Amino acid sequence: MKVKYRDIFMAFFRAGLLGFGGGLSAIPLMHREVVKVYKWMGDEEFSDILALANTLPGPINTKMSGYLGYRVRGIPGMLVALVGTVVPTVILMIVFLTALNAYKDKPWVQGMSKAVVTVAGVMLGMLTWGFVKKSIEAIGWLLTMIVMAAGVVVMVVLGIHPAFLIGALLAIALLTKKDFDQKKQEHAS
Amino acid sequence: MIYWKLFLANLIANLLGYGGGPASVPLLEHEVVDRYHWYSVHEFSEMVAVGNALPGPIAPELAGYIGFDKAGVLGATVALFATIAPSLILLMMLLGLLMRNRNSPKVKNMTKFVRPAIAVLLAMVAFDFFANAYHTIGIIHVLMISIASFFLLERWGISPVYVICGALLYGAIFLR
Repeated sequence: MKVKYRDIFMAFFRAGLLGFGGGLSAIPLMHREVVKVYKWMGDEEFSDILALANTLPGPINTKMSGYLGYRVRGIPGMLVALVGTVVPTVILMIVFLTALNAYKDKPWVQGMSKAVVTVAGVMLGMLTWGFVKKSIEAIGWLLTMIVMAAGVVVMVVLGIHPAFLIGALLAIALLTKKDFDQKKQEHAS
Repeated sequence: MIYWKLFLANLIANLLGYGGGPASVPLLEHEVVDRYHWYSVHEFSEMVAVGNALPGPIAPELAGYIGFDKAGVLGATVALFATIAPSLILLMMLLGLLMRNRNSPKVKNMTKFVRPAIAVLLAMVAFDFFANAYHTIGIIHVLMISIASFFLLERWGISPVYVICGALLYGAIFLR
């Protein structure tokens, strides 16, 4: 029996709209919809796809919903899943920011917009720390510090576009045979 | 041409963003603030804050809004396509290859090696935001808001929605 488009839409609509705070928080919700509620695939397959999607760039959320939609019902399924993930939240975003901009000359709206910059700074600061922590776990603090120092020199001091640094790091990754996970397992045992 | 610029800005930001949507936020800032001068740091930080307060993935939210703001519904479509399609197509094409090599350290190392660079990029944008806030509202308000929001978000795990709403209220009352 073919999976209904309405189900595909609802699964990703719910996972998207209940996932506050960016892509990763929606993944457990997506897992629930796909594996438990609709049973389109098993737990293991979902985890495999997630792990592989993580090795590629770009937003994880749309990569997952697009691919899962495709698996369930081909290209139309993919489009329905993407619409469910993206369209409602983009509309909310447009409505909210347009309203904010419409009252820009009111002093209290200007006050609101001034206050929110700092919170955005704190959120990005926390994200930064999350990336640093994960990186130390994965490749150790020494290598993390070396790459970060290189990043500061290349991007801040020299003002070179991040693309070059990221390209170089990817090239190094593909030339490195070192297995960091194995090292970790040896340490554990 | 605006559509081509929208496409390129979002394509570059998301093809380089290793580590999910948030990783592409600083890269997108690089494009829309530094390169095309569509927005000031302040305006961009507003979008990030609102995007974080609303449910859903941040990268498509920013792409959809910026596209719509610059070139209407077609602009939003182009920006969203550039954000979503390339990485999704890569996934569909490479899934078989990746599945066979999933235990290869090389594949795993790609994300690992890029992560510290993304951390630097995120830190740079966070710094921009704080510098901007310092110039507009001064050090005392910046400290008050950052300490309060840090404890609410990090220590007490309050949802970003309430923290952003609280900041909006604080601004409407004390920063007018």
